[in-house]
Amino acid sequence: MNHQFKLLRKESYSGLIGNLLKSQQVYGPVKQEGYTYYKRISYPDEITEDYIIPQMSAKSFVFPKIEKLFSFVKSKDGVRVEDKNLDTIPKKVIFGVRPCDATGIHNLSAIFLWEPEDSIFKKRREQTTIISFACSSADDYCFCTSLGGGPGNTAGSDIQLIKTGTNDYLAEIITPKGAEIVSSNPGLFEDVDSVEKEKYLVRLPVCFDDSELEDKITDAFDTAIFDDLSMKCVGCGACAFICPVCGCFDIQDETKGSMGQRVRIWDSCGLRQFTLHTSGHNPRDTQGARYRQRLMHKFSYMPDRLGVKGCVGCGRCSRACPVEINIHENLQQITKLVKIHKHE
Amino acid sequence: MEKLREIAGELLKSNDVKVVIGYTKGMNNKVTPFFAKKQEDIAKLICGNSCAQNLAVYLYKKDISDLGKPAIVANIHTLRGIMRLAVEKQIDKKEMIILAIDNAGDIQKLDNLSDLENYLSSVIPQLNEEDQQMLDELNRMTPGERMVFWKQEMKKCIKCYACRQACPLCYCTRCTVEENQPQWIPVASSVVGNLEWHMMRAMHLSGRCVECGQCGKVCPVNIPIHLLPVRIAQEMKTLYGTSTGISLSEKCDMSTFKPDDKENFIG
Amino acid sequence: MEFEPKIVAFVCNWCTYAGADLTGTGRMKYAPNVKIIRFPCTGRIDFMLLVKAFSNGADGIIVSGCHPNDCHYTSGNFHARRRWIVFRALLDFMGIDIERITFTWVSAAEGAKWAEIVNTTVDKIKGIGPYTAYQEMINEAWEEE
Repeated sequence: MNHQFKLLRKESYSGLIGNLLKSQQVYGPVKQEGYTYYKRISYPDEITEDYIIPQMSAKSFVFPKIEKLFSFVKSKDGVRVEDKNLDTIPKKVIFGVRPCDATGIHNLSAIFLWEPEDSIFKKRREQTTIISFACSSADDYCFCTSLGGGPGNTAGSDIQLIKTGTNDYLAEIITPKGAEIVSSNPGLFEDVDSVEKEKYLVRLPVCFDDSELEDKITDAFDTAIFDDLSMKCVGCGACAFICPVCGCFDIQDETKGSMGQRVRIWDSCGLRQFTLHTSGHNPRDTQGARYRQRLMHKFSYMPDRLGVKGCVGCGRCSRACPVEINIHENLQQITKLVKIHKHE
Repeated sequence: MEKLREIAGELLKSNDVKVVIGYTKGMNNKVTPFFAKKQEDIAKLICGNSCAQNLAVYLYKKDISDLGKPAIVANIHTLRGIMRLAVEKQIDKKEMIILAIDNAGDIQKLDNLSDLENYLSSVIPQLNEEDQQMLDELNRMTPGERMVFWKQEMKKCIKCYACRQACPLCYCTRCTVEENQPQWIPVASSVVGNLEWHMMRAMHLSGRCVECGQCGKVCPVNIPIHLLPVRIAQEMKTLYGTSTGISLSEKCDMSTFKPDDKENFIG
Repeated sequence: MEFEPKIVAFVCNWCTYAGADLTGTGRMKYAPNVKIIRFPCTGRIDFMLLVKAFSNGADGIIVSGCHPNDCHYTSGNFHARRRWIVFRALLDFMGIDIERITFTWVSAAEGAKWAEIVNTTVDKIKGIGPYTAYQEMINEAWEEE
C-alpha cells in the first residue's frame, strides 16, 4: 500500500499537539511513578517517548472498562429507559499509540462491528484519531513480527510517526482522518521525497510461522497441552484485561433506589465464574479448559470467523502474568507439536 | 541448587512424592513456578533469592492435588503460608514434604507440620525495607493526602482479581465479590467500588495475612495493594502481639477477643 | 441554607435501640438528622455496612451497642470492639475521615445519653461539613468524559 509521507520537524511537533489541544481531547503516553500509561494531557511536553509499551493497552478508548449502555428510572407510570446519548462521546486524538495497540483496535473492530454493529463502539471508533509511534526499540516480550505485525505496522492508525536520525518525524498518512489533520495544520508538515522508513525501525526476529500455528492449535483441542501450559495459572483476569484485543464483557445493572443504569464491563474467560451455571455446573471447570478457550479463541476461532487474530504480539499478558506464563513461549511450543492424532 | 535437585530427585525416584512444586527459569530469564513430575524435570528446578513467589497457593489447587503427594520448595513466605493454611484447616490433613530454603540458600527437608513448626520457631518475620519505607511515608501523610493517594491508585484498578488469586489465604471457593444478593461490591470497576473491594479484602485478611506481599507484586497496574493487609498485620502485632503463620496453635486474632481490649475512641 | 448532615446509626436491638426508645418515651428531643438501623447485636454490624453508608451519601455514622459485659449474647460487643479497633486503623490508613464515625455504648437505660450522642455528633459533622471528598469519588468512572 502506498501511503503519502510528510516530514514533521521536531520544532513543529509540539505545535501540532498544541493545535490539537485547542480543538479536542488529547491523550498520550505519560510517565507516572516510573510506569507509562495512556493519559489525557494538557501540555505537549507531558508526552513521553521513553517507553516500550504502556502498562494498559489502548482498547479502553473504544471499549472502556465501564460503558454505560442506558439508564432507567422507575416511577408509578412505569419504567422510563434512556439510551446513551452518543453525542456525548467526545472527539479524541491519541498520540503515541504503539502499532500493536492500534492493530488491537483494528482487530477489536472485527468483533464489535460484526453485524449487528455496536453503535457505541462504532461512534467511539469514529471519534478517535490514532497517531501511532513506530517502534525503534523492543523488549524480550515483544513478538508482533511472529504474528504478521511489525514495528511499523499501520493497521488501525490514522497517522504514523517515525522518528528519524535527526529527531524529526516522518509522518505516514494512512486514512482520510489522518489526512484531515495534516490539511488542517498547514505549515507544520513539509513535503518529503525519499522515504526509508524501515531503517528507523527496530528489528524483531520472527520466531514461529503463524499459519502453522492456526493449524496446530486447532488440531490440539483434545490434547493435554493446555493443561500443562496452564498448570501454574492462578486464574486471575489480568491477561485479559490488559490485552488489546480481548473483547469479552459482562452486562450488569447498577441500581440505586428506583433508578439505575445498565453497564458493560470487561470480563475474562480465564475467570472461573465466566462459564459457571446457576445449577453449579461449569462447562469449563478446570483452568486448563479455560486457558484452552483463551488460546483457541485468539488463534483459531477468530482467524476462522473474522479473518483477524485475537493477538497482536504485544506481550503484555506475559509481562503482567503473576506467575510468568509467557504466551510467546507457549505459542512456540504449540507450533512445535507434531501432527496430532486425535482421540477416537 | 545442587542439593535441592538431589533431594527432589530422590523423592521422585523413591516414588515418595508425585510432584515437586518449585521454581524454574522461564523465558527472558524470569523465575516462574514449576512442577517437576519426572526425573528429567529435576535439572530445571532452581532456587535462590529471585525465587520469591509464595507457592503455598498451589497446595489446594485441584489440578495439582490430583497429581498426588507433593513436595514443595518453600521460601519464608511459602512456609508461613503453609503454616497458616494448616492452622485454618485447609491443608492440615494433606500429606506433603516441605523443602525449606532460608536466605543463605540452606535447604532442610521437613516431613510434617510439627517439623515445620520447629523450623519456624527460630524465624523472626521481618518486612522488607522497601515496603517499610512506603508504609512510613504513608503514615507520615495527613488523612487527606492518604485519601488522594489511594484514590489515584484505585482509579488504576481493573478488578482482574490477580491480588486475590495469587494470595494463598484467599482460598474461598466463593468470594464476597461474587455474591450478588446483596451486591456488596459493584462488579464494575469504579473508584468507590474498587476502594470497597480492597478494603474488604484487607479486613478479611486481618489476623491471617502472612505478609508475603504477593498481592502487590502481581498487580498488573502496579498498585501497592499489599500495604493494606500488611498495615493491618502490623497494627495487630502491636495490639495483640502475635505473628501469623508461625505456630500450629495460633488463633485468628480477629475471631477472638479479650474482655479488657484497650481502645480510646468509644464513648 | 444551613447544611443538614445525613447521619446513619447502626445500633443493637437490646441496648441502644431500647435506649433510643426511652429517649422518645421520655419526650427528649434530639436532632432529626439520624436514621437508625437496628441490628440483633453489634457483633452483626459488618464493617462493610459502614463503608456502604458513606458510599450512599452519609456524612457521618454512629455505631452503638451494649456496654462491655452487658451483651445480650455475652460477647458480641467484645468481638465488635476488636473489629472496630482494627477497622478504624485501616480506614485511617486509607485516608477515610474517622472523625465522622462515632463509636459509643448506650444502654437501654441511657435515653438521655443517646440524645446527647446524636446532638453532639450532628454538631460535630455540621462543623466538619459534608463529606464531599468521598462523595466525589462515588460516580467517578475511569474515563474522563
